[in-house]
Amino acid sequence: MTYQFQWNVLWSGQSGGWLLQGVLTTLGISALAWLLAVALGILSGALRTVPFAPLRAIATFYVEFFRNVPLLVWMFFWYFGVPPLLPRGIQDWLFNHGAEFWAGMFALGVYHGARMSEVIRSGIQSIPRTQFEASVAMGLTVFQAYRLVIVPIALRLIVPPATSESLNLLKNSSVALTISVAELTFQTRQIETYTARAIEALTAGTLIYLVLCVSIATIMARVERRFAIPGLIARVGAG
Amino acid sequence: MLDLKVIGLNFKFLIVQGFLGIGGFAGGTLRLAVPAIVLGFLLGIFIGLARLANPRWIRGPATVYVEFFRGVPLIMVIFWFWFILPQLLRLPIPEYGVALTAFVIFEAAYFGEIVRAGVQSVPRGQVEAATAVGLTGRQTMSFVVLPQALRNMIPSLVTQIIVLFKDTSLASIIGYVDLTKAAQIVNNREIRPFELYLFIAVVYWICTYSMSRFARRLERRLSHA
Repeated sequence: MTYQFQWNVLWSGQSGGWLLQGVLTTLGISALAWLLAVALGILSGALRTVPFAPLRAIATFYVEFFRNVPLLVWMFFWYFGVPPLLPRGIQDWLFNHGAEFWAGMFALGVYHGARMSEVIRSGIQSIPRTQFEASVAMGLTVFQAYRLVIVPIALRLIVPPATSESLNLLKNSSVALTISVAELTFQTRQIETYTARAIEALTAGTLIYLVLCVSIATIMARVERRFAIPGLIARVGAG
Repeated sequence: MLDLKVIGLNFKFLIVQGFLGIGGFAGGTLRLAVPAIVLGFLLGIFIGLARLANPRWIRGPATVYVEFFRGVPLIMVIFWFWFILPQLLRLPIPEYGVALTAFVIFEAAYFGEIVRAGVQSVPRGQVEAATAVGLTGRQTMSFVVLPQALRNMIPSLVTQIIVLFKDTSLASIIGYVDLTKAAQIVNNREIRPFELYLFIAVVYWICTYSMSRFARRLERRLSHA
């Protein structure tokens, strides 16, 4: 193969700025979507374990429907399908303020909220039922028991699976390129289009994703050690 | 309001062309998903066993392979193969070939981890017993360890198959006419995005949800056996 590498296309011209913008957009959309996903995940994950059937049913519907449909379909749905149904004023505001970013953020957050919910539910269910019974016996209401006892313990238990789910969210933010959010993969493609240097551009994008994922995983490994509940996490088959 | 006529009029194109892949376009969600699952799992078995192998020159590359593909978005991998494969082979590769290669190689990293966890879940005593009755290493693997590992793997295996099934929608980005792309094509003509995308969401949901129900039943039956 006689391919002449020209790595300088990555920092000459606009490419460097594009990559930087791409990284910032990826981090921005992922961070906002992550907050939404965690909020939805905690809410629906907790609701799926409450002793009240209608609330459980709503949460189950949300989780089972949203996580079992491809993210790409949700992107198209939230970006092309939903805005035309909104009132005129909101539509105008959206399309003047980067509608694709908000639709992408929403799609990512709602989709991963449903997946996060399963992680949180499994965390809650791994807490012995007696914890809940003891809280209620102490005079806490169901809501207080969840807020003060069950959810805080569950959050400390689920750090490892929640980390891998968060990394999935970061990687899945690349799907937002289909609705032309200018995130990292989008900018990589743009560099490729402008310079016709596919391998160099893709290498840059790939390495940036790897660095992001590895550094988040490293930080979270430290968080995990710090918040581990002594004696409770047996780290079964950890590897 | 909801205009479901658009679904009825284009039902055949969406399902027969987009979902099954029978028709004028090279496409089909199932035509991509089924071989990708089978081949990805087969490659995954090798990757998973290589991760457990003793010699470092086998274990090392397998570990790098798994860590690399698990740290990169699938779209990136699809683009890689889209650009690299034709250059490497010096001939134009259809979208189907590109997408299938990308899926098999990417998903094998995830399947590999499942296989590794499954094999590690088989008690050590089983291997020792198999060796004691005179089986060779290869016989131990294929007659004792793998069958038991497979049973332990079923829950995570099904989860991964569902993920892969959903991921096939990403092949539409490079122009492969799967269910998602078919909906896009119809939408360009009809401009009914809400109805069309909701409809394919339901189609995907029916497939994935029935898979997970089936898996739950299978799991229960095997745990009694």
